[in-house]
Amino acid sequence: MDLQITRNRKKIVIFFAFALVACIGLCIRVGYLMIFRAEYYSELARQQQERERSIKAARGMIVDVNGNVLATNKTVCTISVIHNQIEDEEAVIEMLVSELELDEETVRKKVTKVTAMEKIKSNVDKETGDRIREYDLQGVKVDEDYKRYYPYNELASKVIGFTGSDNQGIIGLEVKYDSFLKGIDGKILTLTDARGIELEEASETRIDSVPGNNLRISLDLNIQMYAQQLAEKVMQQKQANRVSIVVMNPQNGELMAMVNVPEFDLNNPYTLNYVVEGSLDTEAKQELLNRMWRNESINDTYEPGSTFKVITMAAGLEEGVVSLTDSFSCPGYRTVEDRIIRCHKIAGHGGETFLEGAKVSCNPVFIDVGQRLGIDRYYSYFEQFGLLSKTGIDLPGEAGTIMHKKENMGLVELATVSFGQSFQITPIQLLTTISSLINGGTRITPHFAVDVTDANGELIKTFEYEASKEEVVSEETSETVRYILEQVVESGSGKNAYIAGYHIGGKTATSEKLPRSLNKYISSFVGFAPADNPQVIAIVIIDEPEGVYYGGTIAAPVIKELYDNILPYLGIEPDYTETEQKNLIPTVSMPDCSGLSKTEVNKLFNEYAFEVKYIGEGEIVTDQFPLAGEEVTEDSVVILYLE
Amino acid sequence: MVDVAKKHGTRKRIDSKGYFDFSLLIIIIFLVCFGMIMLYSTVSYTAQIQNITTTSYLRNQIWATVLGFFCMFLFAKMDYHFLKKVAVLAYIGSLALIVLVLTPLGITRNGATRWIGVGSFLTFQPAEVVKVGVIIFAAHVMDIFSRKKKAEILSLIALAFAIIPAIMLWKITDNLSSAIIVAGIAVIIIFVSTKAYKVFIAAGIAVAAVVAFVIIKLDWLLSVVASFRFERIQAWLSPEEFAQGTGYQTLQSLYAIGSGSFFGKGLGNSVQKLNFLPEPQNDMIFAIICEELGLFGAICVILMFLFMIWRFMVIANNAPDMFGALLVTGIMAHIAIQVILNIAVVTNTIPNTGITLPFISYGGTSVVFLLAEMGIALGVSRQIKVYR
Repeated sequence: MDLQITRNRKKIVIFFAFALVACIGLCIRVGYLMIFRAEYYSELARQQQERERSIKAARGMIVDVNGNVLATNKTVCTISVIHNQIEDEEAVIEMLVSELELDEETVRKKVTKVTAMEKIKSNVDKETGDRIREYDLQGVKVDEDYKRYYPYNELASKVIGFTGSDNQGIIGLEVKYDSFLKGIDGKILTLTDARGIELEEASETRIDSVPGNNLRISLDLNIQMYAQQLAEKVMQQKQANRVSIVVMNPQNGELMAMVNVPEFDLNNPYTLNYVVEGSLDTEAKQELLNRMWRNESINDTYEPGSTFKVITMAAGLEEGVVSLTDSFSCPGYRTVEDRIIRCHKIAGHGGETFLEGAKVSCNPVFIDVGQRLGIDRYYSYFEQFGLLSKTGIDLPGEAGTIMHKKENMGLVELATVSFGQSFQITPIQLLTTISSLINGGTRITPHFAVDVTDANGELIKTFEYEASKEEVVSEETSETVRYILEQVVESGSGKNAYIAGYHIGGKTATSEKLPRSLNKYISSFVGFAPADNPQVIAIVIIDEPEGVYYGGTIAAPVIKELYDNILPYLGIEPDYTETEQKNLIPTVSMPDCSGLSKTEVNKLFNEYAFEVKYIGEGEIVTDQFPLAGEEVTEDSVVILYLE
Repeated sequence: MVDVAKKHGTRKRIDSKGYFDFSLLIIIIFLVCFGMIMLYSTVSYTAQIQNITTTSYLRNQIWATVLGFFCMFLFAKMDYHFLKKVAVLAYIGSLALIVLVLTPLGITRNGATRWIGVGSFLTFQPAEVVKVGVIIFAAHVMDIFSRKKKAEILSLIALAFAIIPAIMLWKITDNLSSAIIVAGIAVIIIFVSTKAYKVFIAAGIAVAAVVAFVIIKLDWLLSVVASFRFERIQAWLSPEEFAQGTGYQTLQSLYAIGSGSFFGKGLGNSVQKLNFLPEPQNDMIFAIICEELGLFGAICVILMFLFMIWRFMVIANNAPDMFGALLVTGIMAHIAIQVILNIAVVTNTIPNTGITLPFISYGGTSVVFLLAEMGIALGVSRQIKVYR
């Protein structure tokens, strides 16, 4: 008996020893899991338990040089219903139908659908969203969101660009400066239970969103607006395909306006700005949209024609192969090798000096200058002036120059290039190159961006742009070019751009589109002022005008009208010559029209000889151009913006 | 035999007057209370989403505990030799209860018919009764057989008898884990009561060899046998790969353990109990203990059970007779096996099988019969002969 008890005891101890070992083993196992595997498992657990909601960052604004907001954000609402929270189905349907102006059948279908959440309508404006919220109906959800909003709709559409659904830039400045504008989305991390319901007592980790920075650009709202109106007017008058106007400061490359009509509505970028007959498949529509979004001033190239003679002129003068008084003779054509190249005046200009030839834009004169330079020297000037590279403008998709390869260039090609044919450049390239030739020889970078400030107005970055260190032409040559171009406007082919007192220099062009047999033309004019110290340069390009198509006849007046208004606005004082003083049209001080009604305006303007134009609908004047207090000629056009 | 026992009993009751294992009683009360707190922490959320009051699970458990303490008191007061008389009855009754689940009284939950009862209340699991039944029966039988000449052969017969309810639990109620516990209890009682070592060592080696073979040759076995039988083993070896299926519960348990760190998230702060870990109040409650009380709390719980097992050993070793020693050995085996297997499952040390943690997991039947067992152990301790 005792023996057996002893044996039993031993075995019970053995069993306990096993249990002890097992328990120690389990302690080690638990310790291993909770110390060495803790990071791994707790991370997995956290991923499973946490729900991430993003807080959309407000995108930065784009403002013009004076701080006018060109692109901003608008709060919009998304209206949805949560089926199993709806208490009164009929009331919900009725409210949605009346507030959102939807047809009842569609709403009923969505409201009665048994799903977790059904979206009724997105991009509902905030007022409507707030009204719907005030109904306080169970199961109706109003979510707020930012939407990019462009207060001026079509204004500078191809420059500013627009954003996509993820708040990312699609074209224009919106894509170029996306990294500054977009901001950083925030996050809310909350613990949820397995059903995804947030735990009330659990602390949430909130990472606030950082709003995007504001971009200030050199574009001037008033100049852009006015240029757009001029472009639209001439496009309509001349039944043209397109009209582009670019206004720039030739000293530093700041772009003040860039108009490419027809523009499109930035708030509805996916709607074509014309009516298409028949239905379009997605691909065809995208194709048309892409074309609509093109910024013709920088994305497309054209044969510049006679405006390019400025380059030939500058090269010839710089190299010393021609001077103002050199004599030329134009029989109406020039024979180069075996080719006869005609002047635009079939009868010929006869004997003329270089200055006279430039004033009438005589082709043989510039062919001769080109031939005197020869292929090598001409090509090296072409390159030196920056024409082979891109301008570096801060907009996406700048097109490059399409030019003969030097080894393929013969004398005939040289002759045609000399007066702006047989190669293609972008309008911005031409404008930039001419700027560098008239500003004393500094190659500038055309640009919009001026500086970036954060949401609190703190300056983040000021943009700096390269200017060539070595002058592309001497100051002396530059001065001569300015003189010649002023003469062109004063008494040459550009005389339609003449404004007394402002010393405008410029050059006309009429280029025949390819294929020549179609007889389609591009009419253009480049003009700058004041000629002795250019502060502003502008180009207008009219694509396929109907009827008269000469640049000097239809493009030059556009620049005249533009300068007539923007030079006083830019604070450039008129400087009249003695002859001008005599023929001066009297000027008056512009009255202040803001806040007046149409009737009051009519009464006020009875005393003036202004031509009044209204823009917008409504009765009350909110803005005017020219601005109040400005000295304007008494026959000026006054534009009044209505509410 | 009965007379002898009675005689012994009478004599020892007088000798041991005044002895009572208060250490065991305190650890029992402590574990039961601790279990209540953990249960409340764990199920309050589950109750909430089931639209019942947060205390309803707890209320059931409290009633069962009160009944359990009453049973414990009865058994502690009673002379345990009375159990010898009812041992065969307890055995047959256990078998009958298992068969009863096949009758209309059987209740099916989660696809397994393991309960019997009337209506939705007063239900209980025969498996819990069987464990007590087998302890009493095996202790009684081995008390007799170990003294006989052909003890080895008789032991085999006893083993066969004890294994019958285990197999029935497995096959009829599809409850492999309870079958393993019942078989384990029987094996331990027989091991303790016989002289044999070699055969147990050999059996142990054989089991270890089979386990090793299955693990090493799993790929080969999978290609031969239908794969679903081995999915639990696959899920055990790499729970991440079965995260959405068999391995889900294990993985969620590991997430809970892993996010506990040293001192845990604090009582009530487990996130995994929020429906991530399915039915956390049952088999997986130890994972929630780890998450809320940390490594410190988890090791305390293990040490508490170890202390309890140690008390059983002390009582068994000082029991006045063989029957008493074997009864407490059976109870010790029951608690030890169940605690070790439960924690091993929760920590993914062994493949997942549904074993509850004694005193802490939710379950009315379990707590009533566990406390009854505690009563038996305390009853044995009361008759310990103290040499002064």
